[in-house]
Amino acid sequence: MIREFGLVDVMYLVAAARWTLALTATAFIGASVLGLAIAIMRIMAVAPLRWLAACYIHVVQGTPLLVWLFLIFFGLPLIGISVNPWLAAAVAFSVYGAAFLGEIWRGALTSIARTQWEAGASLGLSLTEQLRHVIIPQSVRIAIPPTVGFLVQLIKNTSLAAVIGLVELTREGQLTAAGTYQPFAVYITVACIYFAMCFPLTQWSRSLERKLDVAR
Amino acid sequence: MSLVEIRDVSKSYGAVPVLKGVSLDIAAGEVVAVIGRSGSGKSTLLRCVNGLEPIQAGAITVDGVKVNDPATNLRKLRQQVGIVFQQFNLFPHLSVSDNITLAPRVVKKQPPEEAREIAREVLRRVGLEDKLDAYPAQLSGGQQQRVAIARSLAMRPKLMLFDEVTSALDPELTGEVLKVLESVAEEGMTMMLVTHEMGFARRFGSRVVFMHEGRIHEEGQAAAVLAAPNTPELTTFLSAVLH
Repeated sequence: MIREFGLVDVMYLVAAARWTLALTATAFIGASVLGLAIAIMRIMAVAPLRWLAACYIHVVQGTPLLVWLFLIFFGLPLIGISVNPWLAAAVAFSVYGAAFLGEIWRGALTSIARTQWEAGASLGLSLTEQLRHVIIPQSVRIAIPPTVGFLVQLIKNTSLAAVIGLVELTREGQLTAAGTYQPFAVYITVACIYFAMCFPLTQWSRSLERKLDVAR
Repeated sequence: MSLVEIRDVSKSYGAVPVLKGVSLDIAAGEVVAVIGRSGSGKSTLLRCVNGLEPIQAGAITVDGVKVNDPATNLRKLRQQVGIVFQQFNLFPHLSVSDNITLAPRVVKKQPPEEAREIAREVLRRVGLEDKLDAYPAQLSGGQQQRVAIARSLAMRPKLMLFDEVTSALDPELTGEVLKVLESVAEEGMTMMLVTHEMGFARRFGSRVVFMHEGRIHEEGQAAAVLAAPNTPELTTFLSAVLH
């Protein structure tokens, strides 16, 4: 039965957007943990670690995110691990995000002068303490604008989770469009909701970039 | 026994030799000024003493601990050996107080209150007690360098290394840093300085070491060596820096 696209549907779309946000948040946390490890491995003096981290980044950045989603959602059950769409999406987006955050953060870490490491080392700080007290606090300033920029990419990319049946904003849009036969109105609304989530972040990232630039 | 024993140390950067069999002993309480042209290996020698630079041959011992031994805990050794750099290398994101107390808190596990007291004390020694809560960017070069010296002093080292600590400063700011160096020397600190300040070397150096092409070319009692050099190389060098 065909119904009208009305306010109720808009409310449903907005409600579905919270799953987009939830997926983004989960993926961002997962990607951060893994990405920080990758970034640190990339700057260590131990060659195998560096190599391993570089390999990870090359493989993930060189393959489509959608393939990772399919691989995890359809592939893992074949070897006996059952995954629900939510878990599959969270894992795939974390894996994907880690490769990008890892690179962004490695750049921020290496932008800190070598003499800062030396100053820390010559005071008796261990490698971990140098990172924690000297290097990371300084590189955070540099990393924040591109990290927020990446977050915007992540929000938009979560729409891919629609194809494995996760009912987030895009999937809810598909369902509404199918029920109302008004794809134009529905998808415009969906786009507006994405924009409402992304635009403030983009602006924030820009203003941070300006602020941190002045402070340098 | 000497506090620092440098035995036949050689080092090269790739194919370029920078140190060619350097030997030097420093007794506790001595102030040794290392002079020489840029590229003579003097800064490299200094950086080898606290293990910032690895060496390829020879041995360096500080207070009985072998620096160039993989089994040596460099972290422990560096608590005994302070170093002050040409470019100060303060931590720009930390206040003066946090710059000074970071290592005492993190490495020596001193309680924050106690560490802050030490910061106050060492800042008094360099005449900057009022800058406790300032940030490095708010200080002049000379003040930053004095904070860097205070930061090293806060670890209560047995030996302090100074790597051209006045070279990055405007001439009118070197005086205040030299004054701090003098007072540290007068307190009996063992010091090894790479310096271009011949006046300081003459007055406060117990010994002068002249390095030339990766070797110790001439050394001896500071005032005597500087007044009457034995080798033509040192004579040339001195006339170049003094005029």
